Amino acid sequence: MAAEKKYITDIGPPHYKEMVHPVLLKNYGKWRYHEYVAPGVIKHVSMNGEEVYMVRAAIPKIVSVYFVRELCDIADKYSDGYVKFTSRHNVEFIVTDKKKLDALLKELKDRGWPVGGTGRSLKAIIHTQGWVHCHTAIIDAPGLAKALYDELYEYFVRDDLPGKLKIAIACCLNMCGAVHCSDLAFVGMHRKPPVVNDDIVSRLCEIPTLVASCPTAAIRPAPEKKSVVVNEDRCMYCGNCYTVCPGMFIHNPKYDCLSMWVGGNAVAGGPPEFSRLAIPYLPNNPPRWPEAVQAAKKVIETWIKHAKKGERIGDWIKRIGWERFFTLTGIPFTDKHIDDFIFSVPTFRTTTLFKWR
Amino acid sequence: MSETPLLDELEKGPWPSFIKEMKRMAAVKPYAKNVLLQLERSYKEKVTHWKHGGIVGVRGYGGGVIGRYSDLPSDVMPTPEVHTLRVAQPAGWFYSTKALRKLCDVWEKYGTGFINLHGSTGDIILLGAPTAALQPCFEELTSIGFDLGGSGSDVRSLSCCGGPAFCQWSCIDTLDIYHELTMEFQDEIHRPRFPYKFKIKISGCPNDCVAALARADLAIIGTWRDSIKIDQDAVREYAKQGVNIAAVAARCPPQALEWDGKELRVIPEDCTRCMKCLGALPKAILPGDDRGVTILLGGKATILQGAFLGWVIVPFMKAEKPYTELKNLIRKILDWWDENARTRERIGELVYRLGMRNFLKAVGLPPVPQMVYVPRANPYYFWSPEELEEVK
Repeated sequence: MAAEKKYITDIGPPHYKEMVHPVLLKNYGKWRYHEYVAPGVIKHVSMNGEEVYMVRAAIPKIVSVYFVRELCDIADKYSDGYVKFTSRHNVEFIVTDKKKLDALLKELKDRGWPVGGTGRSLKAIIHTQGWVHCHTAIIDAPGLAKALYDELYEYFVRDDLPGKLKIAIACCLNMCGAVHCSDLAFVGMHRKPPVVNDDIVSRLCEIPTLVASCPTAAIRPAPEKKSVVVNEDRCMYCGNCYTVCPGMFIHNPKYDCLSMWVGGNAVAGGPPEFSRLAIPYLPNNPPRWPEAVQAAKKVIETWIKHAKKGERIGDWIKRIGWERFFTLTGIPFTDKHIDDFIFSVPTFRTTTLFKWR
Repeated sequence: MSETPLLDELEKGPWPSFIKEMKRMAAVKPYAKNVLLQLERSYKEKVTHWKHGGIVGVRGYGGGVIGRYSDLPSDVMPTPEVHTLRVAQPAGWFYSTKALRKLCDVWEKYGTGFINLHGSTGDIILLGAPTAALQPCFEELTSIGFDLGGSGSDVRSLSCCGGPAFCQWSCIDTLDIYHELTMEFQDEIHRPRFPYKFKIKISGCPNDCVAALARADLAIIGTWRDSIKIDQDAVREYAKQGVNIAAVAARCPPQALEWDGKELRVIPEDCTRCMKCLGALPKAILPGDDRGVTILLGGKATILQGAFLGWVIVPFMKAEKPYTELKNLIRKILDWWDENARTRERIGELVYRLGMRNFLKAVGLPPVPQMVYVPRANPYYFWSPEELEEVK
């Protein structure tokens, strides 16, 4: 009798010691310093003087298996069959032979892979998966990212911005991207309450869970129809009810939109800051979202013009004040900008000290 | 005429195009082409055409597969099942090309061939496979050494920075902690049983390259509690090259650096480990030797009560193999959260609702000033009966 094939589970990811370049393993924990050589190229030097060049290139994030094999071909040729990805989803080739560096840079250029994203540059955009995968996506983040990248390309391959520039895009308020702490961010937004489908709610959804899912208590049970009703005045269109119950249909292409946020960061060297609302409404305008792209460009260009060296967007705004930010960018300030959710009061100005413009 | 006139617009411009990538698969796989055509339709109608996921998965697991069905009629979308597999990434996203090629071969066989490198939490995302392909695809993945990551109400796949593999600032072995914790919590990652998701991220130093502080329910960040190490010869070498050392000292936020033209001195007890001087003079300054981790709790994005940044719950803990103290603390936190949280309540929101006082007591952590920016300004604090007994 043939032995039954063993069912393998819970093996976890491959062990890093099999995945890390042998020269990096040899110098593991023994690094002395690193320095920027050129945009996208960082030299790492170990205690015993060994030098490694990490070359950072951007990828389209959603790729084909063919692309990954090409990436492997490049890594086999220039970095001994090893490769690493960064926390912002760039790829890095690990070059131990300096003589190979120029050839690698040329090959990446010929293939159209942007090299950069180091130092004071535009970093790779963190974004969600959008209409290619997700049921709650209001916008298509991969498409908007591509449109933004095309417009801001130069800032990725250069490193002479005032500070680093981190952009994130989330397709909806679930915010699978890191929009809440980014220099500049877009979030897909609804503007109308969900439409309750009593049939689906009664068949597929657990009513207490659904009622509890609403942060503003806008959903009440309607036992007579084994469904719920929505107090539309209380609804703030977060879509959490739709996430827990498909009967709370909230997509509404006529009204759905984008919002733009600025000034967040998640780094050390100063307390981290949340991104703050800059523009409450921008049209959801695929395939290239020109209004959103231009709005981002305007803020970035204003920052480049006015910021001191070393200032990220949030640092710059903190120095000049938000009132000056709205003046310089020409973005209208509206009632939407004044917080009215649960932690609002500490954001109100409790002093007579402010700038007129 | 093109079947995808709107998506074609995203093939233009200097940045590499994901649409080009999708088209490469669509050209050889009708299944992938159907997904591309549905995407075109979403671009036209400005709305998603995916429905809520059903219960799909692989034998013995509750997480790792996201069920996905099209809402379009079968004449438009003949292959409505387009599920996603989350595959746990190796620590620090390091790969051998051998491993990546094997992964591609399996995925080309069973799915669309679209890969998202990587998802926001950190996993390799294999985008789009029919229900019948899930089990054999999973079994072939494990046969080449890959496993699924987390999804739903479980401990999600962890992530960590590259740490000691190439960075002189890493105070801890991020890759090893990632791998050890991932193996310790395999059951919690693969079998959802919690109120909601729980994310753990590990950064080697306070620069926090994986943004653990903003994005993880539990952030483990390398640090030191002695003094930075200054190589005076290297400082003088920088000065000789024209680097303004006085300006570096002046920019130290807590004013812990002094430069007399010959020597750069630090007042260790004033240093807050912001990394600014290490970044300015990388050849001259390194982290101290008494290394460990600071642990922060509660970071999350906005849904539901607003975004939280992680806050300090353990200012310093040694992090040496086998990380017993760290593992025990995480188990205690998971248990307390599991016992007390409402459905879809993250740990940060639970602490906000029940108070740090109750949390600290439950997991046995002492209150220390490092946990807050400022003490409370209101008089509404509580006494436990035991504390009143002590007064008598």
